[in-house]
Amino acid sequence: MTYFVDILLIALGAALINNFVFYYFVGICPFIGVSRRVEMAFGMGCAVTFVMTIAAAISWTMTRFVLMPGAPLTRWAAGLWLDPQAAAGVDLSILSYIVYIFAIAASVQFVEMYLRRFLPLLYRSFGVFLPLITTNCAILFACLTIMSRLVGVDDPAARWDLAQALALALFGGVGFTLAIVIMAGIREELEACDVPAPFRGVPIALVVGGILAMAFMGFTGVDNGLKTALTPPAAIVAQAPQADSGNGASTP
Amino acid sequence: MSTPSAAQRFVRGILPENPVYRQMLGLCATLAVTNNLKSAVTMGAAVLFVLVCANLMVSLIRHWLTPHLRIVIFTLTIATFVTVADRLLAAFLYPMSKALGPYIPLIIVNCIIICRCEVCAAKQGPLTAVADALGQSLGFALALVSLAAVREILGTGMWFGFRVLPAAWPDWVIMVLPPGAFLTFGLLLGLANWISARRGGKEEA
Repeated sequence: MTYFVDILLIALGAALINNFVFYYFVGICPFIGVSRRVEMAFGMGCAVTFVMTIAAAISWTMTRFVLMPGAPLTRWAAGLWLDPQAAAGVDLSILSYIVYIFAIAASVQFVEMYLRRFLPLLYRSFGVFLPLITTNCAILFACLTIMSRLVGVDDPAARWDLAQALALALFGGVGFTLAIVIMAGIREELEACDVPAPFRGVPIALVVGGILAMAFMGFTGVDNGLKTALTPPAAIVAQAPQADSGNGASTP
Repeated sequence: MSTPSAAQRFVRGILPENPVYRQMLGLCATLAVTNNLKSAVTMGAAVLFVLVCANLMVSLIRHWLTPHLRIVIFTLTIATFVTVADRLLAAFLYPMSKALGPYIPLIIVNCIIICRCEVCAAKQGPLTAVADALGQSLGFALALVSLAAVREILGTGMWFGFRVLPAAWPDWVIMVLPPGAFLTFGLLLGLANWISARRGGKEEA
């Protein structure tokens, strides 16, 4: 039960409370660049969500089994010519950034090939944006967040499993889609407004983004309230000492 | 279009082709780390290091680049230097490294660096590439500092942690929170556009 509450809170946190765009400022470039028309924004959001989920699965697997200190595959491979004590201490996490970038580039390539083969219409409407996803910070950010929940976490039970990592990536992508579609809807209307000349285009979009971010601040603390409401009373007492290990939203 | 010289590259990066205000690149970092001047300066220095190293390296290997693999090469070069910068920060400025968190590794996907590798370093010699990198990263740092200065003084009444405004100043906490970043940057960008329009639009966008 508490496990599902955990997943729910990660999902909710990624999609709304700590929205990738409005709270962490990742994926601002497409947020500003591709948010002129709603269909376009929705397509971009879906592509990002898709790539982010695949990249998160790859990077979780790589981190868990190869990169983190004492990871099973690395230990086995190093054990072939090192003694077991030294092999357990091998730490490849310094390579993680390079591995993540490779994982993201590979998943983008995969999605591109898949779309070209099966959904050519969608492929053509993405145009140049698909390759640009490789350098979308939102995706690398998801990989890094997952890494921070694996490497350097001493308690094995507190380490994220694959489902938690996927929940973060999938709903982070949903949150991104939500943000970019809302923005596109507003900007379509904005075309008809008489905006002062120096503010036309990007500046007014940023100001609108600021107001949206303020609206999203309203979700602060929802996760804590929900956690209290969904956790059975007995579990609260048991969990009390480690209550602060969650994703750090302020207590209401 | 003739290729600009080293000095031209350097000067252009700072204001006329400022990466943030003119080219709209690297916005994630710009918005995320500018809630105080300290982290803005650290971020500027990290980007300076990575951009100079990456531009120099790409410029040195430019004759061996193949067109369809060049982006991968750029990204790997950048990722290597970002790892170096990240480890250096963690070793010597640990609190700063903690505070900046994921935004240091996110330099890898900062569009400024890939853009400079593509536009300048892959075509011109090492000296020009380094001058270009210095100009662009100074321009980036300038933009970060301008934003952080506005946000920190309005949000906390302080600069670099020292009190500037009188203690009676009602801290506009919203300015150091996420919405403040969007608002401040939107307004400053509008201001920058207005100034350059008043100057007769001499500078190209």
